[in-house]
Amino acid sequence: MSQRFRPAYWRTHLRDYGMLGSLLLIMAFFEVATGGVLLDPVNVTNLILQNSYIVVMSLGMLLVIVGGNIDLSVGSIVGFVGAVAATLMVYKKIPYPPVILLSLILGGLIGAAQGYFVAYAKIPSFIVTLAGMLIFRGLTGNLLLGQFVGPFARGFQSISSGFIPDFSNFGLSIAPEGQDQFYWLTMLIGILGAALMVLLGARRRARDTAAEMDIEPIGLFVGKNAIFAILILGITYLLASRKGLPNVLVIMSALVLLYTFVTTRTTIGRRVYAMGGNRLAAELSGVRVQRLTFLTFVNMGALAGMAGLIVAARLNSATPSAGNSFELDVIAACFIGGVSASGGVGKVMGVVIGAFFMGVMNNGMSILGIGIFWQQVVKGIVLLAAVYVDLSQNSKR
Amino acid sequence: MTTILEMRGISKSYPGVKALNNVKLRVRSGEIHAICGENGAGKSTLMKVLSGVIPSGSYEGDIIYEGEPRSFARIADSEHAGIIIIHQELALVPLLSIAENMFLGNETANAVGVINWGQAFARTRELLRKVGLREAPTTLITNLGIGKQQLVEIAKALSKKVKLLILDEPTASLNETDSAALLKLLLEFKAQGITAIIISHKLNEIAQIADSITILRDGATVETIDCHAEPISENRIVKAMVGREMSDRYPPRTAKIGEPLFELRDWRVGHPVHPGQDIIKGVNLFVRRGEVVGIAGLMGSGRTELAMSVFGQAYGRNIRGQASLEGKPVDLSSIQRAIRTGLAYVTEDRKALGLVLSQDIKNNITLANLPGVASHGVIDNHQESRVAERYRTMLKIRSFGIHQQTMNLSGGNQQKVVLSKWLFTSPRVLILDEPTRGIDVGAKYEIYAIINDLAAQGKAVIVISSEMPELLGICDRIYVMNEGRFIDEMPVADATQEKIMASIMKQYGVTA
Repeated sequence: MSQRFRPAYWRTHLRDYGMLGSLLLIMAFFEVATGGVLLDPVNVTNLILQNSYIVVMSLGMLLVIVGGNIDLSVGSIVGFVGAVAATLMVYKKIPYPPVILLSLILGGLIGAAQGYFVAYAKIPSFIVTLAGMLIFRGLTGNLLLGQFVGPFARGFQSISSGFIPDFSNFGLSIAPEGQDQFYWLTMLIGILGAALMVLLGARRRARDTAAEMDIEPIGLFVGKNAIFAILILGITYLLASRKGLPNVLVIMSALVLLYTFVTTRTTIGRRVYAMGGNRLAAELSGVRVQRLTFLTFVNMGALAGMAGLIVAARLNSATPSAGNSFELDVIAACFIGGVSASGGVGKVMGVVIGAFFMGVMNNGMSILGIGIFWQQVVKGIVLLAAVYVDLSQNSKR
Repeated sequence: MTTILEMRGISKSYPGVKALNNVKLRVRSGEIHAICGENGAGKSTLMKVLSGVIPSGSYEGDIIYEGEPRSFARIADSEHAGIIIIHQELALVPLLSIAENMFLGNETANAVGVINWGQAFARTRELLRKVGLREAPTTLITNLGIGKQQLVEIAKALSKKVKLLILDEPTASLNETDSAALLKLLLEFKAQGITAIIISHKLNEIAQIADSITILRDGATVETIDCHAEPISENRIVKAMVGREMSDRYPPRTAKIGEPLFELRDWRVGHPVHPGQDIIKGVNLFVRRGEVVGIAGLMGSGRTELAMSVFGQAYGRNIRGQASLEGKPVDLSSIQRAIRTGLAYVTEDRKALGLVLSQDIKNNITLANLPGVASHGVIDNHQESRVAERYRTMLKIRSFGIHQQTMNLSGGNQQKVVLSKWLFTSPRVLILDEPTRGIDVGAKYEIYAIINDLAAQGKAVIVISSEMPELLGICDRIYVMNEGRFIDEMPVADATQEKIMASIMKQYGVTA
């Protein structure tokens, strides 16, 4: 097929580039407004640590919302799983590796319980997870008896506060001026990552061209790759000049890649989108919609469990209020990232950008000394504006 | 008698379809005027034009009501003029009381919106008396039977000072006692000087009460019969309803019919909500390899319910009976099993049940057989695109490519996407439910050609259609269905529209 319809391509992909553009724009704005503090190596590291658990949960929430549901309980699951893990490690003296595994399983089980009521008992997910939000917040309080439980072993802490070890400076020990050390391995990983992205992208493009598939215009392909390569190199440079690559960024990146693959390339991903787009049509096409709904909740629970571990490790203690109102940040990240509230539409890259959009705003406004309450007002307005723009663009065509 | 309503030269087009073509309708003051026609003849569209659901300006022609030309932009305008329409699907709120429904949107309230319930109840009682319904105004709608709900609708119409009452299939869901009561009520209204337009399939009822009958066919007026000037013959009405030319609207068909492939025996399906009530009451069906079998019947005869119950029990509960493929019993207890057995069901409502409109042509085509383009759960993009492209070419889906969203396709092309989806599951038995509804004539022909091809490949095809000429044009054999049963079966050579209509009407106690 040699028929290429460029306007259609632009129309369907415009929103993706628009979102990336607005993230870059808001980063530029805060970089200028904060006098360069935003992209200071220390702050970039913080920004990533602060937003990692939101990104992790957004991946699960994407599938839940795309499947036509919502999960309000994730913040409470974060608190509860963190509390259970802390209790096991601090009071029961169980070493952290099995606790990590148990925590992920616990998260999955909580998700399964809620998923059962949504998928099989057919109770609206809003109600089920609202109940879950109350139940697990309450259980967290009961378990911790209002106390902070910690501290944890170094190994556990390093989930959040650790960096990948820099075993060699490859003979390039000259640090940039004013720095103690430059983490060459981090930089190397960044360079390799960017190169790999470009190479794989080019190879896929060549194959798609050979298979006469619908490919993006060459200018766009180059531009997009250039922007991402610069972003990766820039961020890794900043990280390398601080403490290197945070462990949590490695976890997060791996998950982002995994979920990108699941949503775009696997049959199960495709079925979730079909189910959210038209539940009845999917069902009549042989999609097991109940089981699939159930699985999206199990997945969400496990990811919330992982976020619970990351948060506990970061704070080095479990607290009764850990994870409070995280569900709102996660859901907001999805909607800012272009996920449709009615289901069936949304992309991993979108929610990641959405999460960082929220993160940059939080961080930037805090640096500027804007009060927490005004921050909420601004975030609310941004959420509404993002969805409004999205919908009005959609209805235009 | 004076003329209360005259509609002149009414034409209304939708993209690709001319729904109304120069229709004229003249209703005399104080009469009961029946409108007859097949499904899709334009009856409902005409009433939408009259009531302002289709606003003035979006159709051609004139409405002259009470001697003046009128242009209704919305329902409120026509209601203000005393034209009240009661739809087939009742528009009552189930969990509100009779009185609340009666004055919904029309409440007897003071200036600040506080409802005067005393007055509302008194008025409701008075109106209920008029329609002969003995219920308290506080009774919830959900506690009333369908017949009584119909009476509430009529009482509601009376509360709006109706001059011209329009009833769309008022007795379709009523039992005989309720139907008789309703007809009696209409005659009483007539005595009080209220004009009524009634749309109905039940010719015996029309014969009882109508003063004039206007017959529509293919969006045009065929004739208006004055029932007092000549005796009514159902035969004549039926002929006028269905009689149309059938030259080359269907591709030539040379059937090569083989052995019986799929069979249903004593198939019974319970109502999904009311236990103990059967919707399908013992259907026996068989279809041979290479054969196209039609199921004729009116709306609500149970055709879609039959098809969906067969397709993995997508409809109904307590499904009994025997299904077999090539003489061997098959398990159709889930949609996955039905698909694996080789069944495919193309739904009646392609937008609500057939397509994921937010996704592109490619994703829709492969949805029912994703393993066919994947290995170990990972989709091969290139193979998937090739499959989609193959069907796009084969079925001549007109689009910018396989990545076009299905919501931007025309009805005919959407239907081809749904067909492609099912063809990719390599089915042996295809059930097509109203495969050409809302599709223009050219695309219909293409769909018929595809059906012909499928049969020629040795597949068994079952076609459900409300358009009798279509069944006569493409099928080899026709079952006639009514009220959950197959009441007749005929080879297409012996079948005529009159014969099919007559066997349905026989059920209602009319001899045609």
